[in-house]
Amino acid sequence: MIECKNIVKTYQTGETQMNALKGVSFTIRDGEFVAIMGPSGSGKSTLMHMIGCLDTPTLGTYALDGHDVSKLSDNELADIRNQKIGFVFQAFNLLARASVLRNVELPLVYAGIDPSLRKKQAESALVSAAFPEKFWNYTPNQLSGGMMQRVAIARALVNNPSLILADEPTGNLDTKTGEIVLDTFQRLHMEESRTIVLITHEPYVAEHAERIIHIRDGEIVSDEKVKNRRIVTNHNHAQ
Amino acid sequence: MKTADLIHETYSGLTSNKVRSGLTVLGIVIGIASVIAMVSIGQGAQGTIQSSIEGLGSNLLSVVPGIVQPGRGIVSSGRGSGQSLKNADGDAIKNIEGVAAVSEELQRRFQIVSQVGNNTNSTVIGGTADYATVRNITVDSGSFITESNDRSLGRVAVIGPVAAVDLFADTDPIGKKIRINKVDFRVIGVLKAKGGSGFFNQDDTVIVPLSTMQKILTGSDFLSTVAVSVATKEQMPAVQAEIIFLLLDRHHVAEADFSVMSQADILGTLTQVTTTFTIFLASVAGISLLVGGIGIMNMMLTAVTERTREIGLRKAIGARAKDVALQFLAEAVMLTFLGGVIGVAFGWIAALAVSAFAGITTSVSLMSVLLAFGVCAAIGIVFGYYPARRASMLNPIEALRYE
Repeated sequence: MIECKNIVKTYQTGETQMNALKGVSFTIRDGEFVAIMGPSGSGKSTLMHMIGCLDTPTLGTYALDGHDVSKLSDNELADIRNQKIGFVFQAFNLLARASVLRNVELPLVYAGIDPSLRKKQAESALVSAAFPEKFWNYTPNQLSGGMMQRVAIARALVNNPSLILADEPTGNLDTKTGEIVLDTFQRLHMEESRTIVLITHEPYVAEHAERIIHIRDGEIVSDEKVKNRRIVTNHNHAQ
Repeated sequence: MKTADLIHETYSGLTSNKVRSGLTVLGIVIGIASVIAMVSIGQGAQGTIQSSIEGLGSNLLSVVPGIVQPGRGIVSSGRGSGQSLKNADGDAIKNIEGVAAVSEELQRRFQIVSQVGNNTNSTVIGGTADYATVRNITVDSGSFITESNDRSLGRVAVIGPVAAVDLFADTDPIGKKIRINKVDFRVIGVLKAKGGSGFFNQDDTVIVPLSTMQKILTGSDFLSTVAVSVATKEQMPAVQAEIIFLLLDRHHVAEADFSVMSQADILGTLTQVTTTFTIFLASVAGISLLVGGIGIMNMMLTAVTERTREIGLRKAIGARAKDVALQFLAEAVMLTFLGGVIGVAFGWIAALAVSAFAGITTSVSLMSVLLAFGVCAAIGIVFGYYPARRASMLNPIEALRYE
């Protein structure tokens, strides 16, 4: 459960002040699949950093699972990210020299979990992300883009987070592989009731979510259910 | 983050660019190896000098004519090497409390010919029966000079093992004749080998009775050394002061025309020289270690820049600043530690090679090995700290965006 109330983020560059977010309020319930949409410079990245506990708001409160996280220190934020948030990035951000399994285990390494338990959790996350078992010991550079993004999704799932935060997850993929990734998210949402927040500037991608929050110039311009929701029907996981 | 994971991450970080890690380690290897090798040469020299001086006899005071200037060593004893010590001085010293034995000696170099025809130029020492006790020497075969030899101007000689080989080659010298300065002497004993180094080889000497030396060979009443054996170590300073006082009085001089040196004095001067030498060598080697350390820092800074996105990701998925700092610090320390281990091995091999091929005594002490490892760890931490701190302070948002 995400509750944002009047979030303001101000950046100070030299003499000028820039308001990236000008009082944003919304709530995302557990199990929702929400897209945050807006053109570049709209403040959607800043909002993603707030929701992802990578940054704290200048004003306003942000409660994650009922706990106010808007005034925490860097180390406390790191722990929140480690336990409650799973990130999926546009550029995958996998460790090139580590195996798929090791990449997925990485958040658990920082959580201080024992290797045997870590492996079990990583394996079940890879299964959830529909990542084929025969590639588990490959390194990321031996995989295609779609495969890499599924490793990243598994890594986001591995700590059983309250929230999966995907920042332009299809931005580096072609339409077909992008669909596979979106299908994975839809399946995780429907079958495992995961809470997913998707940040994108493409309406086509956003329409795969249940609800779209439009943001422009640091303010929410619309927040509504998707009327003609796109559901990926062609479950092609081979690629 | 657990230690095993830290080691895993460190290993994976370092092996991702093996050539660069290898070259960086090489810098440390060269530094540590040269420190170990250089210090071993210095300490080897020190050890040799120390053992040879301690071998001269225990609790020994040497009274010599002339002035040994403090801090200038025994090499510069040219000034005032006049003749001022007499037999009577030795007798007077015997009465000082705490003196165990006194050996009056007169030393000069002569050409010596043996009856088999070999000849050598060697040091001939006129000594008394106490010479053996005071100088801590023993005879290997035959006997040493006795008091009656000394009283009766006996033409007998005890020769050192090196002189024995020079004069008689493989044959047994006991009972054979040698000719020193046109006077025949009968060899009555051969000394046990003691080894020597530096300015004087104790094994290349011929010892004759003092009276014979003074009256027949040199025609001089004077002594070149009075060696005094003191009963206990604690009495040495008192006896030394007493001898100075006594001889000043006997010689009727205000300023000493003689010097009284203890082993500590001789050792002190020589140790000073070898210590300076060791420090000089170590600092030359230390500079290369410093250069190696800068290499580490350079590599780590490059690694932090290259892996900015990785750092951003690690922070995003929950690594604390401390975790990131530790990872980079561990990489730096691992590099220097690896360099240290290989460096100590190479340094040791180099020291052994110097001993074997250049004939210089070297000694690799546990102390210098431990010191090398300590310095390695310190270099890893000092030169790894700044890059590690820089990595840990990166803002995750900016780090993730870094191109």
